Amino acid sequence: MREYRSKGRTLFHIFNYTFISILLFTCLVPLIHILALSFSSASYTDSNLVTFFPKGFTLAAYQFVMENQMFWQSFGVTIERLAFGVPISLALTVLAAYPLSKEEKYFPQRKIYMWLFLFVMIFNAGLVPTYLLIKDLGMMDTIWALVLPTGVNVFNVVLMMNFFRGIPHEIEESALVDGARQPVILWKLYLPLAKPSIATITLFTFMNHWNSWMDGRIYMNSTSNYPLQTYLQNVLQSSDQVLLNSNNLQSILDRMAVSGQNLRAAQLFISMLPLLLIYPFLQKYFTAGLVMGSVKG
Amino acid sequence: MWKKKKLTSDRLVFHLMIWVPLLFILIFNYVPMATGFSVAFKDYKPGLGIADSPWVGLKHFKNMFLTADAVRALRNTLIIAVMKIVGNLIVPVIFALLLNEVRVRWFKRVTQTITYLPYFLSWIILAGILTNILKTDGGLVNRAIVALGHEPVFFLGSNDTFRWTLVISDVWKNFGYNTIVYLAALTGIDPGLYEAAYMDGAGRWKQTLYVTLPGISMFVVLMTILAIGNVLNAGFDQVFNLYNVSVYETGDIIDTLVYRLGIQQQQYSFSTAVGLFKSLVSFVLIAGSNKLADRFAGYRVF
Repeated sequence: MREYRSKGRTLFHIFNYTFISILLFTCLVPLIHILALSFSSASYTDSNLVTFFPKGFTLAAYQFVMENQMFWQSFGVTIERLAFGVPISLALTVLAAYPLSKEEKYFPQRKIYMWLFLFVMIFNAGLVPTYLLIKDLGMMDTIWALVLPTGVNVFNVVLMMNFFRGIPHEIEESALVDGARQPVILWKLYLPLAKPSIATITLFTFMNHWNSWMDGRIYMNSTSNYPLQTYLQNVLQSSDQVLLNSNNLQSILDRMAVSGQNLRAAQLFISMLPLLLIYPFLQKYFTAGLVMGSVKG
Repeated sequence: MWKKKKLTSDRLVFHLMIWVPLLFILIFNYVPMATGFSVAFKDYKPGLGIADSPWVGLKHFKNMFLTADAVRALRNTLIIAVMKIVGNLIVPVIFALLLNEVRVRWFKRVTQTITYLPYFLSWIILAGILTNILKTDGGLVNRAIVALGHEPVFFLGSNDTFRWTLVISDVWKNFGYNTIVYLAALTGIDPGLYEAAYMDGAGRWKQTLYVTLPGISMFVVLMTILAIGNVLNAGFDQVFNLYNVSVYETGDIIDTLVYRLGIQQQQYSFSTAVGLFKSLVSFVLIAGSNKLADRFAGYRVF
């Protein structure tokens, strides 16, 4: 593209950079504000004096979160669901995607299976029947209610399938000629080649598990089984009084430093932190994943 | 001969592999679909079990259109979803066009990194942030509004503003991420077209109008068609975490109603019927819009 030098063009550029900067500002300001709140002491947060910088700097709110057993318990549940959920989902995705990536002449029933998978993507069984099923299976209040129902994500299966299809056919054929069997071909050839797309799906699954809260809310009767986001939702919706009482503030001094506001802010920020840490990877692979998903089979 | 034998054993391996994940979706997707279809046409009593509960035909579906709450939820869902579809279409396109004009590389990269960020945060976290900054008494936004000499706005507590708050915050969360596809489309436009337009005396504005816009119009049409399938999805996570009783009038959507009736009040059959109605309509819309997308843009998800 050619560059133009005219008065109108310069004016446009000034407008453009300003406008985009304002948008950037709106994306950052809420996060900075919450961060500032979490480090401010109660007297400032409660009189709404905190804007972008902490006032009356204190770590009291964080200290409280760290000493809060409920917080760690729910953090533990989230870790547990990640530890089970991510590997299970990955294994299931590969097991579905590999056969589905084969052409009809190698796997004649491919189409039927494909439709069985795709149908669940466009027809939702609904909240209540799924809830009744989990109840009937006796999975309420167990980690399996958070892991198994979302075990197969058809979107990820399609993504993985398209990636497998992009791998040159000759690789498989030469292995077949050498006498290799399908499981070996999958394990020794396809999986190592599919590393980038496995990384993408791992991140997708990680993020879904990290962010989901609804299943915790409906399948867990006891609050001690809540995953982090469900616990956080509870915290955010309870009143300041309930929040402070449930945190057993021991001394008068604590009560002066900690308020509902900075306590919520601190919990919000801690819950965001792991996502912010993996964010550079997320961004890279999500974009890559989008491009990969669009490769047509 | 050995080759043929091997082919069949390979097929057997494929079947064995695929049945593991298939079992999962049979149990967790197809079984609830089947129970949904029966519970919605019965008066389900947990004590009796699904099989022994009496059939009531279309009773719950008829009630749905007679219950004020359900009709209101349907109306709110449609209004909110359509507003979101429009916002999530226009803003990313404009933003992509503007970002495409940025020549400073690092600025472009930083912009993308920062604007994608809200997309990755859960609605729990964003709702926590929003309720804080939108508070009437001294929330960040209302402090700015008051400083400019206006009355504070009840963003989350008034029926006049609630829908707009939902739509604007949703667009704000997603606009950065939604530009990805348009930015990709923009880089796909043949630079020769701009050259030719320049030779013909077209300025930057004319080039945008006659080269850039037609170049991405296909994608805009495609995204619009695909969005139609979501017209009954007004965003459960967002609404549930931001609404309260005082804005049910404009903010209660099908999904939140189903949750309240089904899980909290245990009206299993009625809420299943409402959910089933939503699934059926969505199914028709998604299937139809994908067919359209295939016809007009050669786009195939399946």
